[in-house]
Amino acid sequence: MTAADLARAYARRELSVREGVQSSLDRINEFDGQVGAFLKLAEDVGDQADRAQAMLDAGEGTPLTGVPVALKDNLSTRGLRTTCASKILSDYVPPFDATVVAKLKEQGAIILGKTNLDEFAMGTSTENSAYQLTHNPWDLARSPGGSSGGSAASVAAGFTPLSLGSDTGGSIRQPASLCGIVGFKPTYGRVSRYGLVAFGSSLDQIGPFGFNVEDTALMAEAISGHDPRDSTSLRHAPIDASSVRNGSLKGLRVAVPKEFFGDSMHAGLRAVVEQALDTMRKEGAILEEVSLPSIQYCVTTYYIIAPAEASSNLARFDGIRYGPRAEGSGHISVVERTRAEGFGHEVKARIMIGTYALSAGYYDAYYLRAQQVRGLMVQEFKSVFDKYDVVVGPTSPVPAFKIGELKNDPMALKLLDFCTIPANMLGCPAISINAGLTDGLPVGLHFMAPPLADERVLQVAYATEQALGATMRAPFP
Amino acid sequence: MSISLEEVRHVARLARLDLGEAEMMSLQSELNALIGHFEDIQHLDVSAIDPASHAVTMHNVWSEDLPGECLTRAEALQNAPVSKAGLFVVPTILEG
Repeated sequence: MTAADLARAYARRELSVREGVQSSLDRINEFDGQVGAFLKLAEDVGDQADRAQAMLDAGEGTPLTGVPVALKDNLSTRGLRTTCASKILSDYVPPFDATVVAKLKEQGAIILGKTNLDEFAMGTSTENSAYQLTHNPWDLARSPGGSSGGSAASVAAGFTPLSLGSDTGGSIRQPASLCGIVGFKPTYGRVSRYGLVAFGSSLDQIGPFGFNVEDTALMAEAISGHDPRDSTSLRHAPIDASSVRNGSLKGLRVAVPKEFFGDSMHAGLRAVVEQALDTMRKEGAILEEVSLPSIQYCVTTYYIIAPAEASSNLARFDGIRYGPRAEGSGHISVVERTRAEGFGHEVKARIMIGTYALSAGYYDAYYLRAQQVRGLMVQEFKSVFDKYDVVVGPTSPVPAFKIGELKNDPMALKLLDFCTIPANMLGCPAISINAGLTDGLPVGLHFMAPPLADERVLQVAYATEQALGATMRAPFP
Repeated sequence: MSISLEEVRHVARLARLDLGEAEMMSLQSELNALIGHFEDIQHLDVSAIDPASHAVTMHNVWSEDLPGECLTRAEALQNAPVSKAGLFVVPTILEG
């Protein structure tokens, strides 16, 4: 059931919140052993359900009241363990809620539990978790993508109608694509990052997963809006979900960057994407090929900026105020050992590369230059957005890969991120919807719009979703 | 550009990571793979381009200087590996 269906069933009294929540829990208890989406389930779900029911009974319900949601385990939840899938936070219980969590609670959503991710959101397969693997509900031998793989799998497996992830270089949109659902990264600053454990602060953005665009838009509205606790938060009204049905493909000007259709693109996936573009044309959209040469530099630029910011953000994990503390002789030795024991390999690699890129003599050549290349990308995309309403392409050049297939080639995995990274560089809104299947695996279609055009990208995605009719449930179990 | 084992050791020290020799060598080759790609952007002329960060230009974000809710001492200390008398216990910083 979608979130919208669930809300209707509650409104018609066909279902109580306790019943709605129990059916989610039953499915998780029966099948999450095979999927591995959840790291921890909340213990107060019954109380949450009663509070939500009281809100509905008093006529104070919202579209999310009583709707079970899953949260990526890098979102701080008061009283509920938050590990970032890292050993360094194995026993960390936040004393506060992230702003998005507080908003969901105020609106009566049911926080069902915390989902698996690549440690500190560093990865694109969820294989870098210190705790467990997550399996793609479309094919359990395959990865759900990442880093928000657990949240994507939760929606794809029908455990929760909605979930939240975070997206630094594609970590919402790529797993949405690999799991056949919708994943949305709002404009940087429209959703507060307060309480999201920071990775790359100039790139990170929290966003929703849903089965379809309508549900995803409801969640986006629920979590967005200005927050004085995040100094990068924009003073704009929340994203307007009610306008999502207003879009039309007729006369829509769509740019198709040829750089998104490179040699690394899977042939079957390319065919599904091209068929989707044909459908858009038939519905009256005007598609034109464009060239955005800076796309070829986005992976390099990303792997300077994101690790540099991460190396600074992760300096706080020193075993003094939280997390396990290693034995050592003196302060520096304790900190060095705590971090060496607590962080996994990929996190160490990124801290190292970031520290190197920021170290004396290299700052100008690497970090500063990367931020300037980012400026170049902003200029190039701006000239395209002056002429076109949206940019379209595949979300990922490949469908879901097998677990372990790329584990020993971290560089190959990183090079697959070029379709999603530009939106983080620009801070613009971007969404992945399902376009169809290739060999039984979902194919994501990706839209970008200029910063602050969140409603536009949702409307275009909705209209395309209607035209394609490609929302589909994973054949699971 | 490539990074020597000596430089990896130096960076690990800066990053406060106590790495073993085997891990150091494995990281050296991974870092070199990435640093090789860093060369891709060295030839671009970006001298006239301002570095970009936020999508929407923001300046001087200040909050009102007003008292508000904050964590209690017990909440702030609840995750500390070692605490005593309402304070975080830190490892020895000064010798002797």
